[in-house]
Amino acid sequence: MTTTAPAPVRRARPALPRARGPLSAAVLDLLRGGAAPAVGATGADPFGEDLQLALYVCYELHYRGFAGVDDELEWSPELLAFRRSLESVFLAALRGAVPGGDDVAAEIASLVTEVPGERGVSHHLRRRGEPWQFREYIALRSAYHLKEADPQAWVIPRLDGHAKAALVSVEHDEYGAGRGELMHARLFGDMMLELGLSDEYGAYLDASPAQVLAEVNFMSLAGLHRSLRGALVGQFAVVELTSSPGSARLVAAAQRLGLGPATVGFYAEHVEADAVHEQVVRHGIIAPLVAEDPAMAADVVFGMQAATLLDDRLGEHVMAAWGEGRSALVRELPPAP
Amino acid sequence: MSPERAQRVVVTGDGPVLVEGPVEIDLPDGTRVLSQRPVTALCVCRRSARYPICDTSHRTRKKTEESS
Repeated sequence: MTTTAPAPVRRARPALPRARGPLSAAVLDLLRGGAAPAVGATGADPFGEDLQLALYVCYELHYRGFAGVDDELEWSPELLAFRRSLESVFLAALRGAVPGGDDVAAEIASLVTEVPGERGVSHHLRRRGEPWQFREYIALRSAYHLKEADPQAWVIPRLDGHAKAALVSVEHDEYGAGRGELMHARLFGDMMLELGLSDEYGAYLDASPAQVLAEVNFMSLAGLHRSLRGALVGQFAVVELTSSPGSARLVAAAQRLGLGPATVGFYAEHVEADAVHEQVVRHGIIAPLVAEDPAMAADVVFGMQAATLLDDRLGEHVMAAWGEGRSALVRELPPAP
Repeated sequence: MSPERAQRVVVTGDGPVLVEGPVEIDLPDGTRVLSQRPVTALCVCRRSARYPICDTSHRTRKKTEESS
């Protein structure tokens, strides 16, 4: 294979999304130079479109920002106070929806047990998924994969010793081990282009349902709050422990559908990489973290359970929509070129 | 890598053997597999569909009535 160094591309920052209710409208208004939000988050649906989009937009200021929005608004006291009220509603709902506990070993055991015949998006795509469904799945996943490893990078300075060194080794791998063209976010972008999708950061924000936004919001929430560092590690563990078998099913799906090398390659890479990451997360990150501070166990378990809950909610949403022959996106994708 | 730093090989016990890479793996049938990763997970249970690279096939599989 011959490759040439890509010319540097100046990318436009993402456009602000469309509001989905009073909370997201208030945040967007503030970002456009308006006054502090007059609405409150109390009583809002914690997993609903409006609250999740409002929270997502608040967090994006810490990642890439938006076109036409002042970068300094990242630290606007009005915006941070509003974000805090959104986070409180979301976090309380998550804590109320999971069983909790502090048995890390039992949580890990349930995550790494494969149930044959299990239902789920990757199982469906492997068996009988259609090309349009595969494209939708990739568009849905782009909210995370185009910033793959970024939310987890926030936790690095909050860890120490073996756990820190091990987490950085996994992050290093996610970031292409020093090679920009091999960053997992870049490999995902290459797959999007191969599938006729836009690889621009934020291109599918308006199309992303609340279930997608909630998953990424939980990573940002746990990443940005030091008090939730254990939960962030638990969330990270869920991604790394469940990725290999799911990725193997997506390799099979892509091959069955006759999709291209970037698509097969992205998931094949994750089969092997995450088999390593699983071991590093279990023995290199979680074990020393909990050994050093046993109080972390309950936080790690919470992070695992919350991440699993949000992943299940997304899966149920997608399978319900596809089961009725409709798009799982807020707005249907244009047909493949 | 400094010459004083030994390669680390981690035997996980319930999973693969982790080897600091990049590594070349010579198999008994004469084939050679190259892994460029910083750490390679070598399959030792022989169940991997990507043998000699681990694909997590060593995991416990729960029995259910439904078959895929």
